[in-house]
Amino acid sequence: MVILKLAFRNITHAGLRTWLNVFILSFAFVLIIWVQGLYEGMQRQVIRDMQAIEVGGGQFWQRNYDPYDPLTLDDAHAALSSELQHLVQNGNATLVLIVPAAIFPEGRVQSVILRGIDPNQKIVSLPSQELTNKVSPGVIPAVIGSRMAKSANLAKDEIVTVRWRDANGVFDAAEIQIVAIFNTHIQTVDVSQIWVPLQRLQEMVHMPGEATYVILKQGLNNIPPGSPDWIYRDYDFLFADINNIVKSKRAGSSIFFIILMAMALLAVFDTQVLAIFRRRKEMGTLMALGMTRRWVISLFTLEGSLQGLLAILVGAVYGIPFLAFQTKVGISMPQAVEQGGFNLGATLYPVYSFKLFLLTTLFLFISVVIVSFLPTRRISKLKPTDALRGKTT
Amino acid sequence: MKKIISLLILLGLGLSAQEQIPAGAGEEILKKIDANRVIDKAVSVSTMIIHSRSGTRTIKSKVWSEGNEKALVEFLAPPREKGKKMLKLGKQLWIYTPEPNDRIITISGHLLRQSVMGSDLSYEDMMESDMLAQDYRAIVRGKEKYNNRECWVLELTARHEDVAYYSRKLWVDTERYLPLKEERYARSGKLLKKAEIHEVFPVDDRWYPKHMTFKDMLVRGEGTEFIIESIDFGVAIPDYLFTKAALRK
Repeated sequence: MVILKLAFRNITHAGLRTWLNVFILSFAFVLIIWVQGLYEGMQRQVIRDMQAIEVGGGQFWQRNYDPYDPLTLDDAHAALSSELQHLVQNGNATLVLIVPAAIFPEGRVQSVILRGIDPNQKIVSLPSQELTNKVSPGVIPAVIGSRMAKSANLAKDEIVTVRWRDANGVFDAAEIQIVAIFNTHIQTVDVSQIWVPLQRLQEMVHMPGEATYVILKQGLNNIPPGSPDWIYRDYDFLFADINNIVKSKRAGSSIFFIILMAMALLAVFDTQVLAIFRRRKEMGTLMALGMTRRWVISLFTLEGSLQGLLAILVGAVYGIPFLAFQTKVGISMPQAVEQGGFNLGATLYPVYSFKLFLLTTLFLFISVVIVSFLPTRRISKLKPTDALRGKTT
Repeated sequence: MKKIISLLILLGLGLSAQEQIPAGAGEEILKKIDANRVIDKAVSVSTMIIHSRSGTRTIKSKVWSEGNEKALVEFLAPPREKGKKMLKLGKQLWIYTPEPNDRIITISGHLLRQSVMGSDLSYEDMMESDMLAQDYRAIVRGKEKYNNRECWVLELTARHEDVAYYSRKLWVDTERYLPLKEERYARSGKLLKKAEIHEVFPVDDRWYPKHMTFKDMLVRGEGTEFIIESIDFGVAIPDYLFTKAALRK
């Protein structure tokens, strides 16, 4: 207890030198948590939005389907297995059929993907019910995202020609009318995608009852096993890209943290070296009074470590209100800012977990203890007589 | 480009085809067209003039073809396209881009829907079967004058479920049995493509289109013109030309 009191008295008497170290350490501490919270928030936000509008509670893919290989799309369709049909009938899943096509807005050709979805589905938050809007006979109602509308220069109620090939490869064409335009952060349901009524699309391409993938309801417990034609894709698979993007961004930002922490720890290290040099007589006196070298090393290490502890406390004083404010208000993002392949929406809300606080605190404290200890190793070679004379060996 | 040549050859008929085709014998007309399209080997040089929204481009190419299954196209001009090659072997299609890319791309899937060098012709148009009698039933709807030539008007409907264009309409020269105009329709009845022959020329014992236009009716623009500058039949074409290795030579 004496050592703790003595260490605390010493660092408080050091005044500005201590508080400068404490401030820079606390700044690094808060900044690390803030940025990590941003990444956590980014990841959760995108995953949440994807679950709501695209992924649902997981998906079953037709075995040929690969969204990153357009060459697979022509063959990526099949009738549902009996288990999947049962899920759809019970309202626990909805199916989507994908057909490559081309549209001709303003007389130019543009490749698109037609996606058929049940207008009455409740599994994902796509505005599919808009597909029940009345259109002229022979015209196909269609819903598109705002990015698709912009790229094709299409407005609500506008009619455009679409051309596709049916299951046998026969060309067909018709007019589609844009009955609704929706906004989403998730580009995969927006860019080059046109949503049409499922049954209509199945008729258009002569694929009755067939689908490319099946979206499960969120929270569904009894997920049926896959079949040779239908392969279950869980969250780990479906969010692998998002997780990898965030992981790589975190790795990139760690370089910044390393520099910041190195500067802060260098200040602590420098303070320790200076203290050991300036306080030789004090060390000699303590040893002459019977304190062991180990005790003196502990004292100096404790003084440095206390700076880390103070930094955590000071960081908490201004960091917690700041981080809480950020969590509540979020960070406004410029519209359509692309962040490594996905959009974050208008506002990004950081997420700070207990694990993040704990790990960052431990990381900071252990780092400070180490850099506080390193300079004190010289004390182990110190002779009390030399120290009393102000000499170091 | 093979398709372009095939299309041009498709339209060529014998100079001696003088006999009258009785009304209602549309399928006989198709058989004649197909019979006259059969070629062993040919080498041609042609010019493609693309009238797109952004302006007009002219592309010159040389084609070595063997039957309907094999064709090698080498682009000769403009400098930007010079050296590019295209190889068709049955249902497979490759494109070679010379240095600095030096790359061979297989054209399949969604790439087949893309335009050939920005023209009104898509790669999948090039892959279509050219045998009309095999794929279509034909009904003669009457006679019409087209470009001051007397023509049979034929309506074609697909015989099978896997024919790319469900129906076609042909205006066939009654004297030369040359389809001077062709319209290709979607299953829904929407007009998708139109081809017109403006000028023909005799080569050996056949008539061939000299100048024609191919138009994608869903795309704005004036269509793509094809002009055959020369064509030689029965020339010796080494087998190695129809291999992927030849693309880099």
